[in-house]
Amino acid sequence: MLNKLLLGTAFCLAAMSTGTFAQDAVTACLITKTDTNPFFVKMKEGAEAKAKELGVNLKSYAGKIDGDHETQVAAIETCIADGAKGILITASDTSAIVQSVQKARDAGLLVIALDTPLNPIDAADATFATDNFLAGELIGKWAAGKLGAEAENAKIAMLDLAVSQPSVDVLRDQGFLTGFGIDVADPNKWGDETDPRIVGHDVTAGNEEGGRKAMENLLAKDPSINVVYTINEPSAAGAYQALKSIGRENDVTIVSIDGGCPGVANVKDGVIGATSQQYPLQMAALGVEAIKQWADDGTKPTPTEGKDFFDTGVKLVTDEPVDGVESIDTTEGADLCWG
Amino acid sequence: MTNSSEAEPGLAGRAETVASFAHEVTLLSRLQHALHSNPALVPLIVLVISILVFGALLGGKFFSSFALTLILQQVAIVGIVGAAQSLVILTAGIDLSVGAIMVLSSVVMGQFTFRLGLPPFVAIACGLALGTFIGFVNGWLVARVKLPPFIVTLGTWQIALAANFLYSGNETIRAQEIETQAPILQLFGQSFSVGGAVFTYGVIAFIGIVLILAYVLRHTAWGRHVYAVGDDAEAAQLAGVNTRKVLISVYMLSGLICAFAGWVLIGRIGSVSPTSGQTANIESITAVVIGGISLFGGRGSVLGMLFGALIVGVFSLGLRLLGADAQWTYLLIGVLIIAAVAVDQWIRKVSA
Repeated sequence: MLNKLLLGTAFCLAAMSTGTFAQDAVTACLITKTDTNPFFVKMKEGAEAKAKELGVNLKSYAGKIDGDHETQVAAIETCIADGAKGILITASDTSAIVQSVQKARDAGLLVIALDTPLNPIDAADATFATDNFLAGELIGKWAAGKLGAEAENAKIAMLDLAVSQPSVDVLRDQGFLTGFGIDVADPNKWGDETDPRIVGHDVTAGNEEGGRKAMENLLAKDPSINVVYTINEPSAAGAYQALKSIGRENDVTIVSIDGGCPGVANVKDGVIGATSQQYPLQMAALGVEAIKQWADDGTKPTPTEGKDFFDTGVKLVTDEPVDGVESIDTTEGADLCWG
Repeated sequence: MTNSSEAEPGLAGRAETVASFAHEVTLLSRLQHALHSNPALVPLIVLVISILVFGALLGGKFFSSFALTLILQQVAIVGIVGAAQSLVILTAGIDLSVGAIMVLSSVVMGQFTFRLGLPPFVAIACGLALGTFIGFVNGWLVARVKLPPFIVTLGTWQIALAANFLYSGNETIRAQEIETQAPILQLFGQSFSVGGAVFTYGVIAFIGIVLILAYVLRHTAWGRHVYAVGDDAEAAQLAGVNTRKVLISVYMLSGLICAFAGWVLIGRIGSVSPTSGQTANIESITAVVIGGISLFGGRGSVLGMLFGALIVGVFSLGLRLLGADAQWTYLLIGVLIIAAVAVDQWIRKVSA
């Protein structure tokens, strides 16, 4: 009795929701890892602005913390029940989410992975992301260019994200080393390189605190470090504090990735030499457009030529351009920055 | 009345000695006893041994005044938070909200200065007051409403962390802005060196807080009450200790110290970052446990916590210098925690 009642109510609700939305607007869902990280905040802003422009009804969901898989699964189920036309997702657990994503695709939704590719990448209909390897390669080339002949004798500190080596961590790290001209051995993991120019790898958790500690650890190992690669700009700011505490902030080159507004300001102030800027706003806006397209005439987005994802672009931001590496200055970078 | 010897003639040949246990004073039991009366001894021994071992393995790279004072700088934040944690754990409680109080207070100090335009020292006072207030809420819920400390602080941890993200919008205040507009926020990042050894004001604050607390806990009435409440709250109450007041004051002081740690944190990382300190609660509990403070309350010393925090610092830096994967640090710290509690249980068996 109670079951029938519940079932009946669910049906009514489902019918009501699909009914109303079929009449006035396409519904799209945005599911991010958290709603506290400025990267995802900006992504949400981009999606909301585009949705408003196209008359798409956007619903946003987020995990409680990075790595909160259950909330994302629940969000996908809600979107299916809601009769949404498509889902934009930055997955916390790129392998485990695949099953739920398949359920959504079977129900006729277009699923687009934003920023973080699923594992396997073709589990989603499309992926809109930064080319993280290229982002690393750009700062690697720039650092080598800035050092010139001295690149042969560089002492490099690698400040990575986490010991679990998530794909973004590996791609950026290996991209940097490739750009700098160092043999990366196995490109699927960091830490197996044998080049004596690498002083060591340490992990930062991507924040200031971790960046400072990792930098201190590597300085204790070799105080003559003169090039510092950092996974993101907060960890670069932390590394700078460590260098400053021993009076070496002016003779060490720090490079980073992200292009957040505080990061670009740090490039302007000379804390960071150069940073690769990515465009979360663009990712989300393109994603909403793609869902609208899919709802209107059933066409799916196609990946960038030569890549298995849609590249949303990356630019090098620096005030000291070097030959052979295209870059924009901090004024332009500040116009395009997020967070 | 008759003479007693006449009344109990059988007692004439009685043994004169009082009944006693055969007490074999072995070396082991003597050690057990020494450790029982000086709970900071075990972590101190472990610390000295680990410094010697890493020194032998790494030589001058580790045994330099630079590396050794670097360890102090790296554990200062966890150590200050650990001092707050020690107080609470001595009352047989636990405080999961320490890290969240710290980072929320540092955000308040930064945002009040930069968003509201308050003078930095007023903003700092507000941050310290907020930390004390959250501590008061913890203490009131534990002492008055009689909720378990684990549950209370599990709640306030989430509340403070969420408030931190909501209020700050996850905005980082950059080191360069603080440097030019409110350098007092970075006070504890300033340093002086004595022959290659670098001490930050944060390190001095850390050691100062621990020494003051060690003195207060050992030599003042309030300090003895904290131990009494942790050992046996009912007995303490019967003996005339106002246990509620002691508990509330302990949580308030803990909150204040955590807020202070927030100020020191700004000095350490230069900027005000809402994503800091996420694991400070677990790290502080680790330092306390390795430092030999009993989770059952009433036993241990805040000096032990200082050694505990340093042990973790020595292992982290030592293993990194040896080139080991960072996971080995966590693995060894896990072993240390279990060993510390096992030793604690063994010491508890001592016949007083």
